[in-house]
Amino acid sequence: MDFLNDIPWMLIAASLAKTLFLIFGVVLPIVSYTVYAERRVSALIQDRLGPNRTGFPISLFGFEKDLQLFLGGLGQPVADAMKFLLKEEFTPAHVNKFYFWLAPVLAMVPALSTLAVLPFGNFLFGQKMVVADVNVGILYVFAVASVGVYGIVLAGWSSNSKYPFLGSIRASSQMISYELSLGLSAVPVLMIIGNLNLSEAIQYQIDNGWLLLPFTDGKLTLRELFLWIPVFVSFIIFTISMFAETNRLPFDLPESETELVAGYHTEYSAMKFALFFLGEYAAMIAGSSIIVVLFLGGWHVPFLPINTLESSTTPAGIALGFLHITAFFAKVVGILIFFIWVRWTLPRFRFDQLMKLGWLYLFEIALVNIFITAAILAWVK
Amino acid sequence: MAKGSAPAVKAPWESAEIVKYFTNSACWLLPHPPTVFSFAAHTMAVTTQPFEQPDTLAKTQTALQHLAAGNSGATDLLGEKLILNMGPSHPATHGVLRLVLEMDGEFITKATPDVGYLHRGDEKIAENMTYNQFVPYTDRLDYLAPLANNVAYAMAVEKLMGWELPPRGQAIRVICCELARISSHLLGLGAFAMDTGAMTVFLYTFTEREKIYNLCEVISGARFTTSYTRIGGMTRDLQAPFFPMVNKFLDEFIPSLDEVDALLSRNRIFVDRTKDVGVITKEDAISYGLTGPNLRGSGVDHDLRKKHPYLGYEKYDFDVPIGSAGDCYDRYLCRVEEMRQSVKILRQVLETLPSGPITVSDPKNLPPPKTSVMTKMEELIHHFILHTEGLKAPVGEVYFGAENPKGELGFYINSKGGGVPHRLKIRAPSFVNLSILPKILPGHLMSDVVAILGSLDFVMGESDR
Repeated sequence: MDFLNDIPWMLIAASLAKTLFLIFGVVLPIVSYTVYAERRVSALIQDRLGPNRTGFPISLFGFEKDLQLFLGGLGQPVADAMKFLLKEEFTPAHVNKFYFWLAPVLAMVPALSTLAVLPFGNFLFGQKMVVADVNVGILYVFAVASVGVYGIVLAGWSSNSKYPFLGSIRASSQMISYELSLGLSAVPVLMIIGNLNLSEAIQYQIDNGWLLLPFTDGKLTLRELFLWIPVFVSFIIFTISMFAETNRLPFDLPESETELVAGYHTEYSAMKFALFFLGEYAAMIAGSSIIVVLFLGGWHVPFLPINTLESSTTPAGIALGFLHITAFFAKVVGILIFFIWVRWTLPRFRFDQLMKLGWLYLFEIALVNIFITAAILAWVK
Repeated sequence: MAKGSAPAVKAPWESAEIVKYFTNSACWLLPHPPTVFSFAAHTMAVTTQPFEQPDTLAKTQTALQHLAAGNSGATDLLGEKLILNMGPSHPATHGVLRLVLEMDGEFITKATPDVGYLHRGDEKIAENMTYNQFVPYTDRLDYLAPLANNVAYAMAVEKLMGWELPPRGQAIRVICCELARISSHLLGLGAFAMDTGAMTVFLYTFTEREKIYNLCEVISGARFTTSYTRIGGMTRDLQAPFFPMVNKFLDEFIPSLDEVDALLSRNRIFVDRTKDVGVITKEDAISYGLTGPNLRGSGVDHDLRKKHPYLGYEKYDFDVPIGSAGDCYDRYLCRVEEMRQSVKILRQVLETLPSGPITVSDPKNLPPPKTSVMTKMEELIHHFILHTEGLKAPVGEVYFGAENPKGELGFYINSKGGGVPHRLKIRAPSFVNLSILPKILPGHLMSDVVAILGSLDFVMGESDR
């Protein structure tokens, strides 16, 4: 029974606890409330009210009225989820069932898997707030996120129907094209940081100021000022590519509801559709998290002390640990609101224009940006 | 038209040949149980239709036979085309237009519009009722501008009767027409923007349309199916609350339109999506008989309000916007500017609104006032006869075309006398405007189809009538 002693039970238990906390405690609620935010923010933009009256049905348990918190309508995601779960799970007769069932899973799982390497906080209860602190963090993110395209391609293919098919063709070429500029635009950042580990990326930004806002460490050197130019270009390209990777408007061609009805998930219903739907939002959260980690200092709050592994069990350390986690997700939510804002403002690209933008502009600029970064790193001390 | 004179028209996709290559080719691209997905073949449902998948030689032979039979077209690509059925229920077809698209990848090689899914037989219905009874049917032609349809129809019958409305009646009808134009263009604009992906614009324009519906309610009592005109006048005069409401609307409308303008007109994505897309040349626009903003977008200066003024349009000072390129963007700009001009006309009408009667003075052909119907026997009989037999229309035929929001809405009436038309033909602008689709769609991308459909701004209630 010796081998049992060799298994790092503590590590497994801690990782499991962190995963459960991250996925079920934070990300899935954020996913469902992003859907709610999408509806409320779009309503705000469009002079409407949006869902404002679904409370939590505590009247079912003998209370006089349903619970209405803050804005009202906060029970909407619960109601939506119930609806998706209770709808008929319909599989059309003409589909390839195996891939038809596999596709929604492939849309959801990679988006959630990328969260494994994202440091969402510093230390709490003597634990580092990242599920897997691997030294190839960003590579892992790109590798896993690129699997997400299979969900869409398989959905379109197995549906055996023309509109989903066109949608999935668009999706595959779009996502593969924009992965290039996504990866290339991250390179200057990695060159500056000199490490692929995302925890180290945050540590660098604590020491030298956030990459996008280099004054957050209280000082601004000439080198930081010069480096800010390629970093800013990277940030723009990275964000645009992230829109394309997550199929958000103005790049929502795979779905484009006015052209392809509902694109790749036309034939899907009930929970299988919900998985695509939530997968898109989970991918948005993953994408926003990467933007936050690479450009906006991750969980770091400027001008505030940082707790350490030792201090993270003391009351002050615990408070700081929670503050860091909150700061991280507050930044993520900020980016998410930006995603939503853009979606309800801009029209949609055409397929060839999208390809042109990706290959002729973003790709080239990202490539040149790498050389500019290298030059600055080499000559500006 | 003599029955049976036209040869039996067979839609292209009904011919056996195309069905054959539809079954042979389009579905090669899609999963095919025995060959493509042998791994999961046992899970495929029994209802899956197996398609023949000929090899290259067989494909070549089919193509050669196709060519030998005297068919033209890209026969080498014969096996690679996809027939996509767009509509009649599709988010971008604004109702029930059906388009059968032949596609090479995302490019359209052939487009065949199929109309008639909303056919009610309005023209035949008109032959079976008196002139006034047909007014509610005109609401349902271009149901985005019912007031303008009411006016156009009433004007046609009045032309047959040889009537001219008193000045106040004419001015009220101008108000109706221009409100309807704004309402219709707002929806056209919003739907166009939504087709290109900008959904917010649609809701902004709908907010404004809602105010126009409120105005319609004050004018006619109904928000949507107004049925406001009667032959020789209107159901009632404008009510006092209308004037402050319409002035408030006109004040609020222009800033709102500016906002929409700011969201779209110089938006790079929107301009890229619409500029040089769906170009209709001047010659094509004329030869296909386009009217309305679609014609003017192509640079033809033709507006019935200017060319054949009716309802006293010559008294008002307004401009007719003309496009230059004839693309989707020009048609969009034309509509935006037409709304501004409509506001200008409305302000002038409201300033100079004359007083006096709103109906013609022909007591024999107009219903007597309700008070006298209830008190006098002769008036009761007159009321009864008028509403059962209809007007005493003269023998003859007339055509009247009005500049409606979508184009020239014309009514041709062939009368053999009496209260019922012998034949009534509606020249629906949407129907004519749609006829250019097979000409302009080929060569465009799938995404352009929705932009072009949006920019043509048709409504199927009118096209199919």
